[in-house]
Amino acid sequence: MSEAVLDSGAEEAPGKKGLVDDWSRDKQVFGVPWGKAMMWIFLLSDTFIFSCFLVGYMSVRTATVDPWPNPSEVFALQAFGHDVPLLLIALMTFILITSSGTMALAVNMGYRRNRELTFWLMVATAVLGASFVGMQAFEWSKLISEGVRPWGNPFGAAQFGSSFFMITGFHGMHVSAGVIYLLVIAFRVKRGFYENRPGGYEIVEITGLYWHFVDLVWVFIFALFYLW
Amino acid sequence: MSDEGTQHPLKIYYIMWVALFVLSGISYWTDFWDDGLLRTSAILTLMMLKAGGIVWIFMHMGWERLALKLAILGPPVAILVLIGLMSLEGNYIEDSRLENYGESTMEVETPGHH
Repeated sequence: MSEAVLDSGAEEAPGKKGLVDDWSRDKQVFGVPWGKAMMWIFLLSDTFIFSCFLVGYMSVRTATVDPWPNPSEVFALQAFGHDVPLLLIALMTFILITSSGTMALAVNMGYRRNRELTFWLMVATAVLGASFVGMQAFEWSKLISEGVRPWGNPFGAAQFGSSFFMITGFHGMHVSAGVIYLLVIAFRVKRGFYENRPGGYEIVEITGLYWHFVDLVWVFIFALFYLW
Repeated sequence: MSDEGTQHPLKIYYIMWVALFVLSGISYWTDFWDDGLLRTSAILTLMMLKAGGIVWIFMHMGWERLALKLAILGPPVAILVLIGLMSLEGNYIEDSRLENYGESTMEVETPGHH
């Protein structure tokens, strides 16, 4: 990737003029590192996958004549002698948000070339992510022990189980992959792998894009599946 | 170019972080409200605010050029069409099920907690 391709020499115009320039000038369209552009395009395709799952869930929930299980009761946990609705889910939400913050800080510290802090912030993000997956495993086993299956459950419409396991399973898989991705990059940062590379610490921002996307998807799942 | 979006002070991240906690807290609180239009619109509004904040600040989309913004945020608009179509379809299937097979006879348990 040569600088000459990235910058044709002309001053880049902002706004709509810039949009036309970017697409029509004889240069690379997106003035960002290729890794970042490709991560965005991957995330766009992932957006469509999760949207299809959530739209599918909406369809089956609308179409069924059986009563839909009340998520607020199904996902309640006993704490302090009361049934607290969605307790674990709320906790998982806050954990994911916390990890989003540590990730955002890691990206910033990466650009400041603070390797030590970048490493520890990324490890913290990964640990929070792993605890999220652990809580999800607990949630799954609790539901399975209560008889919830992809093909039926005692609380209402059979489609509840299939939507639940597919959507949260696919999301959990993304979180697990993200934890591995974070750890790989974190250890490379620690041992100075990116110190003399052309892209430098862009990789931390690219990893961050993936991680924030996982959090973004959870925002939609939380609102549309658990709260609705 | 990407420097523009990466050299800004940490303050904006902290504000966004706190905002996400507050908005999520309110989202959770809506679970205790009565069902209705108010609750539904609150859930959707909070969802969009949180999603917008994550994409705009944490994912730096706000600092990107218009070409990238449109290339990434434009296509998902097509999903709205899918949502519209599938919601019509879902309602149609429910109606025809009710018409041909009648009301649900399913017996359900209330979730118990152990």
